[in-house]
Amino acid sequence: MERHNRFEYVLRAADNALILGQRLGAWCGHGPVLEEDIALTNISLDLIGQARSLLTYAGELEGLGQDEDRLAFFRDAHQYRNALLVEQPNGHFGDTIARQFLYDHFAWLFFEALTRSSDVQLAAIAAKSLKEVTYHRRHSSEWMIRLGDGTALSKERIQTSLNELWMYSGELFTPDELDAEAHRHGVGPDLDALATAWHRNVDHVLSEAGLTKPQSGWMQSGGKRGIHSEHLGYLLAEMQHLPRMYPDATW
Amino acid sequence: MQLTEHDVIELLTSVKDPEIPVLNVVDMGIVRGVVIEGEKVTVTITPTYSGCPAMDVIGANVKSVLHRHFGEAVEVRSTLSPPWTTDWLTEEAREKLRDYGIAPPVGSSSDKSVLFGKPKVVACPKCGSEATRLVSEFGSTACKAHYRCTACEEPFDYFKCI
Repeated sequence: MERHNRFEYVLRAADNALILGQRLGAWCGHGPVLEEDIALTNISLDLIGQARSLLTYAGELEGLGQDEDRLAFFRDAHQYRNALLVEQPNGHFGDTIARQFLYDHFAWLFFEALTRSSDVQLAAIAAKSLKEVTYHRRHSSEWMIRLGDGTALSKERIQTSLNELWMYSGELFTPDELDAEAHRHGVGPDLDALATAWHRNVDHVLSEAGLTKPQSGWMQSGGKRGIHSEHLGYLLAEMQHLPRMYPDATW
Repeated sequence: MQLTEHDVIELLTSVKDPEIPVLNVVDMGIVRGVVIEGEKVTVTITPTYSGCPAMDVIGANVKSVLHRHFGEAVEVRSTLSPPWTTDWLTEEAREKLRDYGIAPPVGSSSDKSVLFGKPKVVACPKCGSEATRLVSEFGSTACKAHYRCTACEEPFDYFKCI
């Protein structure tokens, strides 16, 4: 796989982790209970850690001397390659859990497949990340069940969250040219195969939770190519404010 | 006198994990290799979790401990492969954790594929009772879960398996 394309491919995984990590970080001090405040920020920390490894590697592939910070703080929205799902606002706790549930089930399968990547560095990062995502996936799945199988109100609210976020799940599994190229070279997984496993796992949890799987209709896409929802710009403005105001500032 | 790689590992036992100060980096299995080439030493360490904020401090402390012997010729490298696992905690480390009030990891880290595994029996590090309850899988640091003992009522940290 050609170096620049490999850079773009790694950037997608890096940006998914970074943007979702930043979103979850905003729960710090706002969790509905202390344990969840700690859980969401722990998961945020794992995701930002994964993003650091991936961005560092992406910067090496690009070969222009950009390190993790340069890539995180000095790219604009159209240069970000994350899926639209992860940039969606936190909303209420149920919205955050539903978003996390859809992503975690994707991330687990993605990293699991990536442990067999022909790209040794990517496989190493995946093996590390998979251990963490295993805990994340259990956390969000348990909450889907608890909220779905909870009170009439919690069930109604989590069902609504799921319905509203569902249209962002398709992009994760819709391969474009770059995904196909990565798969051809043994760098990345076959997204169609991942989708089958994802639906099976998601169905299992939703049935435990007594929730209804939304109809698969129109799916939003664009994030992988840098076409984002309006939310990403605001997120980046906050995340990048300090390094942009004071470039090269140190502690 | 020229230090051997074994001597360097011995020196590194004075570098503690900043978040669990009863453990040193060798007990933790974080030190993955020491190579001496001429005047220079290279220490390879591996993070417990991708986002472990202690790594920078650990790297700096490794440098400062070895500075007396190697001066500036100390390089600290980080590697992700093979990924760190709780299986690498030494027996001694597990004892130290328990004495410190943190329940050591139970069982091995294998079989990550099941979504909902059977809950593990984690003995209370204070009173030894097995009547404990998982409060949250995410605790005070990335590597710990939060438990409560229903016998002595003490909350405690559990060093979770990865």
